Amino acid sequence: MHAKYLLLLAVLSISACTNSLNQGKSYGLGKTISESQITAWNIDIAPNGDGLPPGGATAKQGEKVYQEKCAACHGNQGQGGVANRLVGGGNLNTDKPIKTVGSYWPYATTLFDYTKRAMPHPLPQSLTNEEVYGTTAYILYMNKIIGLNDEMNSQTLPLVKMPNRDGFIQILK
Amino acid sequence: MTKKDSQSSRRQFIKSSLVASASVGSTLTAGITSAQPTEKDFLKIDPWTKTQRQNFPNPTYGIPSAFEKKVTRETYNNGSKTPLQKLHGIITPNGLHFERHHGGIPEINPDLHRLVIHGLVDRPIILTMNDIVRFPAVSQINFLECSGNTWAELKKQTWATVQETHGLLSCCEWTGVRLSTLLDQCGVKPGAKWVLAEGADSAAMTRSIPIEKAMDDVIIAYSQNGEMLRPEQGYPLRLFAPGFEGNMSIKWLRRLKLGTEPWQTREETSAYTDLGADGKALQFTFVMGVKSVITTPSAVMKLNAPGFYEISGIAWTGSGKIRRVEVSTDGGKSWDQAILQEPVLDRCLTRFRFPWKWNGDPAVIMSRATDSTGEVQPTLDSVLKARSSNAFYHNNAIQPWLVSSTGEVSNAR
Repeated sequence: MHAKYLLLLAVLSISACTNSLNQGKSYGLGKTISESQITAWNIDIAPNGDGLPPGGATAKQGEKVYQEKCAACHGNQGQGGVANRLVGGGNLNTDKPIKTVGSYWPYATTLFDYTKRAMPHPLPQSLTNEEVYGTTAYILYMNKIIGLNDEMNSQTLPLVKMPNRDGFIQILK
Repeated sequence: MTKKDSQSSRRQFIKSSLVASASVGSTLTAGITSAQPTEKDFLKIDPWTKTQRQNFPNPTYGIPSAFEKKVTRETYNNGSKTPLQKLHGIITPNGLHFERHHGGIPEINPDLHRLVIHGLVDRPIILTMNDIVRFPAVSQINFLECSGNTWAELKKQTWATVQETHGLLSCCEWTGVRLSTLLDQCGVKPGAKWVLAEGADSAAMTRSIPIEKAMDDVIIAYSQNGEMLRPEQGYPLRLFAPGFEGNMSIKWLRRLKLGTEPWQTREETSAYTDLGADGKALQFTFVMGVKSVITTPSAVMKLNAPGFYEISGIAWTGSGKIRRVEVSTDGGKSWDQAILQEPVLDRCLTRFRFPWKWNGDPAVIMSRATDSTGEVQPTLDSVLKARSSNAFYHNNAIQPWLVSSTGEVSNAR
């Protein structure tokens, strides 16, 4: 083959290679993984309830777990202690606003998500889903947002309207 | 001459006329010589010149001089603050980078660390650290500021030093893979508007990040100032979102999930939202505002005598570059332009300098930055008018320091 054509061929193949790399589709690094393989890590809960596991519990069922595993830091009535106050707080338009789950948190799903991923503080991710549903229900009950026998599950929890649901203005910049 | 005499005369001779009273003898901040030496101060051959120390056992990972032991972070409950008043230039040494933890510092073996990307993508993937370092890399020098930096000063004058008031701020060269490069590997599905970033710490810290930012300048970083991340900075892998409030740069990153809506995590609802006087809170206040502070002289340094001092400080903005810094030495009545030290980079600390002759009268010195979008650093009054003292986060107000007639520098908030 003529040297000129060889050169042209080389240039063409280099540019083809560069183009495919620039598109970023062809590094061939990492492995495909299925959603079922991610289950243990896939613990986030969306405000619409996506991610909530099967099962459920009432405040009445959750009281024991709360008193055993949460009260030492958050107080036996959610009044706070070494950790944040969870209950009450009242109006936020004061000189000294008190932010609690009841007064400030806009979504009940966040309570499940955070309890599941980060609580109890000394032993995170140690609670069963039933225990998380139960403590979530009990904290909502102490805030007078749900009744003692209302079951919190994947259907009911996203429907709970938190008192400060409309208290946020999204800036997004 | 005894050893002690020799050291003290030497020290006197080279001692700066400006010393931080908290660290006398270790920080030669201004480098200005004071009084003329007397006859007994004439230079002698120093003992360290006459001693052979070639076999001095130097540690294999170098450490600062024994005379710099007081240049340290200042720890508090969940983290530590950078000693801005003792640093020069714009780069924060890795051992002095500020910290804020939500669930302690996990010890992660990089061989066992994994990053998963899933949700609204064509192909969910799992990556090892070996995979990640093989992607095309980028390096960028960016500041990182906790949105709670300077928080207590909103309510009242609380702290003394610039380390306390502004030390939740650092600046490093970060190296890693663009998040857009990784997301292109997976194929982002239409409708994906948010990315959830999750850490592997005991808080499994999570924040929702808009897809526009994720596809822009976010990097998945493994290196800080040339070496691998420090454990407290997310070793072996962190997200880094330039210009955004610090907590969004999720450390110990293990998972990214794409979705249609923000997740409303605890850290973007209960925490890191700005409550106003009317009881309504601002949410998703991502970008750190234009801000600057004088680091030299600053509280609680002491100016030993009237004369020349270089006023020096840092300026930064989450929105682009610093365009201008002005300095006032009369409490804000008049302003003059400071010199910006190159390089002036995007979403990076910019060092500014301003020559000043202190005449010995009380003086209030302050700096005011303007960024490339035209935003001007506000006064505390205008911050309070816009956000209320209940806001807690995003205090970017002008910081005044008072120089008394005896040269003591204090916080004049």
